[in-house]
This record gives sequence, structure tokens and C-alpha cells, in this order.
Amino acid sequence: MNVETVRETGYDAWLDALEAGEGYFLRDGGRATVPPAVTGGDDLEFEPLPETGAVRSKTVIRVPHPDFGADAPYAIAIGDFGPVTLTGQVAGIDPEDVETGLAVVPTVRECETSGKRFVAFRPAGEVGDE
Amino acid sequence: MAPTLIAGVGATDFGEHAGRTGRELFAEARSSALEESAVPPSDVDALYYGNYMGETAENQSHQAPLMAAGIGTTGLEATRVENACASGGYAVADGVRAIESGQADVVLVGGLERMTNLETGETTAALARAADELHEGRPGLTFPGAYALLADAYMDRFGGTREDLAHVAVKNHANAATNPNAQFREEIDVEDVLEAPAVADPLGLLDACPISDGAAAAVLVSRAYAERNELEAAVAITGSGRGTETLSLQERVDMTRTRAAESAAQAAYDRAGVDPGDVDVAEVHDCFTIAEVLALEALGLYEPGEAITAAREGETTADGEVPVNLSGGLKAKGHPVGATGVGQLVELTKLLAGTHPNADAVADAEVGVTHNAGGTVATAAVHVLEVQS
Repeated sequence: MNVETVRETGYDAWLDALEAGEGYFLRDGGRATVPPAVTGGDDLEFEPLPETGAVRSKTVIRVPHPDFGADAPYAIAIGDFGPVTLTGQVAGIDPEDVETGLAVVPTVRECETSGKRFVAFRPAGEVGDE
Repeated sequence: MAPTLIAGVGATDFGEHAGRTGRELFAEARSSALEESAVPPSDVDALYYGNYMGETAENQSHQAPLMAAGIGTTGLEATRVENACASGGYAVADGVRAIESGQADVVLVGGLERMTNLETGETTAALARAADELHEGRPGLTFPGAYALLADAYMDRFGGTREDLAHVAVKNHANAATNPNAQFREEIDVEDVLEAPAVADPLGLLDACPISDGAAAAVLVSRAYAERNELEAAVAITGSGRGTETLSLQERVDMTRTRAAESAAQAAYDRAGVDPGDVDVAEVHDCFTIAEVLALEALGLYEPGEAITAAREGETTADGEVPVNLSGGLKAKGHPVGATGVGQLVELTKLLAGTHPNADAVADAEVGVTHNAGGTVATAAVHVLEVQS
């Protein structure tokens, strides 16, 4: 009998790695994804996440999510990092200056209200990125 | 396949119902639908009921038996359906499937949401839960923010302006002005939309639907039941389709298309044996102005990138070729989340039957579609309605 293997890769472990500058993505056959991901096979591969990505779509949030009530306005962007795409809050730049194509570095921040960690971006080229 | 007949529809006004409970609102919609249908409540075989945020709004899960109780049939099968803003549309689709399969002769479909009793922050948080919590909720993406990302991607690829989007809002407010069930009955102009406070760039307050209370219901019957009981039904559901796409936007290959709705539309058209060119009138899910644009393209009424100017050019206005959201849409009629998909069915049935206050705009219409979307169209339900000769 062919029993399908199903396992879930951890989101927190992925954030730990991203925070340590060792971000990765998963490749299952030809499909690239980021945790948490459920895969049906044993051939899951871990590949390094590109160090910089490019903003594909962006918005300035003026009426905030309750967890970020004091932080508005803030920018949220979707960025392409090689074969995978991430969503993050953009820090270190005026929200209105976030443009499509902006080069960004992924990082991890912690929400002061909820204590939960989340993906954030900052512009590439800042001190410490080289 | 014999069509599913719409024997009766009913709804509360959409808007603010301070001091009224959800069960009271749903009872009003349910009673008026049953009364219009002339179907004895004891003939109802099942209830499919859409509700999204009852836990938050009224501290109440497990609402199906609560909403079924007043029908008066002991042991009635009843199910709550939750697919965010598409809960109501999916409840309708479940009802159609039950009748088409031959397992039911009479189904009550309905939906309810109670929202205005919450603080804005609570509502914002509740709606944000329809997005991917890890990838989107945690970084602080709001529901308007998610649609703003779709608008940004669309306009980056195809062009279009905030003025183009404003015309969608202006059109739907104009339609709502003559609909007594609508929440916003004041006409607005393009300047009003452009000058409204920004919510999530490029969307402002008047690009967004309101927060609403409301309930809607419909009695669906098989043709065999209608013939046995000599029921007249002016309108039938001839096609029903559902689809899904990834919950998070980041996993989508193309953010300018809504593939859940494309899948749902194709299934509904195939079932009905019609194509987009046959559609005379549509009620679509315009929770934000950009959402109407995406809906019209997913329904095949426009090619990708071409619906952005539809309202501005007068093609979808009441006197246009294919009027869209003659009810006022979610934008101005209101958006009590779990009720919306059924509310669209109620409005379109009246438009096709000639009993809606705005029905004169589509006096010769034969075919209409409803388009109901969940979250950022991660779920969608589309129904084709046709006038019965």
C-alpha cells in the first residue's frame, strides 16, 4: 500500500532562521514555497532564500490593524524573492516612498501589542547589508 | 437537469439594526421568504445558513439550529456555512445541489450578519481573520489593505486611475438611492470619493462598503414540487458554480486575476448552458471599488485589464448595456457579510421578476448572474438566474 507522507514544516523555525540571516524556502518537486507548508513527499529540499527581493505590490495602511494601532501609517508590500513571494511590513523608509521594484531585505520583527513575530522588509543597501 | 426554482425571497433592510439580535433579524427574512413562496414551513427539507462572525458579534457559534427553530419542523436538517464574505453564496450553492441531487424538494437558504454592535477595531480584526493569519494578519495587513494590494497590482499592469474606481462608487450609490432596502441612499460624486479619507492607498473611505447588519433568505424548490403544488416561480437558478484559490495573495501567480471566481463562473455558465455574452444584468461582490472591476473580468463580461473604465464609460450604469449592481451593490446597499450572497439572490430575483424598484432598467432581461466572493476572492460562488417563461 502506498501511504502518502504528510508533514508540516514549522513556521516558527522558519522565522528563527530568517531572523538569524539564514532564511530558506522549500522546494517540493518543481514547486517553491515557504513554511508553513504541507507536502506530500519525502523529497522536500531546503534552499537558501535570496538575500534581497523586489516589491511587486504595495499599499500604505492608514486605518491600522488593531495590533498596530499606534503605528499607522505603515506600508505593507508583497515582494518577490527568487521563486517565492513574501508579504511584509516595510520599515526603515517613509511608507509613501515604497515603490514597485524597490529592493528589500527580509527580516523579522515582533509586534509590541500581540507579542507575535512577523515578516518585515527594509530597503536593501542600508548599513550592514553589504 | 431541471432548474431550481426560486419560490420566494425575503430580506431585512441592510444597515444598522441597533438593539436587534441576529436571530430576530434572520426570522424576519425567513418569514418573509416563506410567506412570499406560499410553501408550508413543514415542507422545508433543509436549511443552509451563511454566517461569518457570530462568535465575535454575539458570542454565538453553532447557529444553524437556532435559525432553524422558528421554521417549526422538528428535526429539520440545518447547516451553518462559513466561507467569509462568500458564506451566503455557498449556502445558496448547497441548496441548489441538494435539490439537483434529488435529495430535497424544498430548501431554505439564508444568511445573517450582526456587525454594527462592535467597535470598529473589533470589526477590523474580525474581517482580517479571513486573510492568511501567518502571512498577512501578523504583518498588519487589513482587509481594505489586501484589496489595495490587488488594486495596486492591477493599476501597475493595466493602468487606470482612482477616478476610474470612483465612478464605480458613484454608480452604485446612484442605484441604491432608489432601493429602499439599501444602507446608503445618498448620491455622491467623483470628487466626494477622491476627497474621502484614505484607508489603504489607493483606496479611500468611499471606495469601501459599509459595516452592516442584515439578513436575507430564499425558498428554493424543485420543478416537480412546484408542479405538484401548482406554485408559480418567475425566476430559476439554472447554473451554480464554486471555486477557490490560495488564501494568501503572495502564493498567487497573477494578482490581477481572481481565479476562484473564474472557476465558479465557468462552472455556473456550463451548467446553465449560457456564455458571458448572454448576461443581461449582474449583481457582483463590490466590497471595494476595485473588486467590481475584478469581478466583471472574472465573469468574462470584460477581457483582463478592460473593466476598469466600465462604470466611467457608462457601460455598467443603470442605462448601460449590462447594468451592474442595480441594487446598489455591497458598496451602497450594504454588506452584512454572511447575508450578502443570499441578498444578491434576493435582489436579482426581484430585478428579473420585475418587482424591484430598479427593475425598469432591465425590463427585457432574461439572464442574470450573481458573484459572491470570500476574503480576497479565495472563495467564490457564482449563480446564473433565468426568467421562466
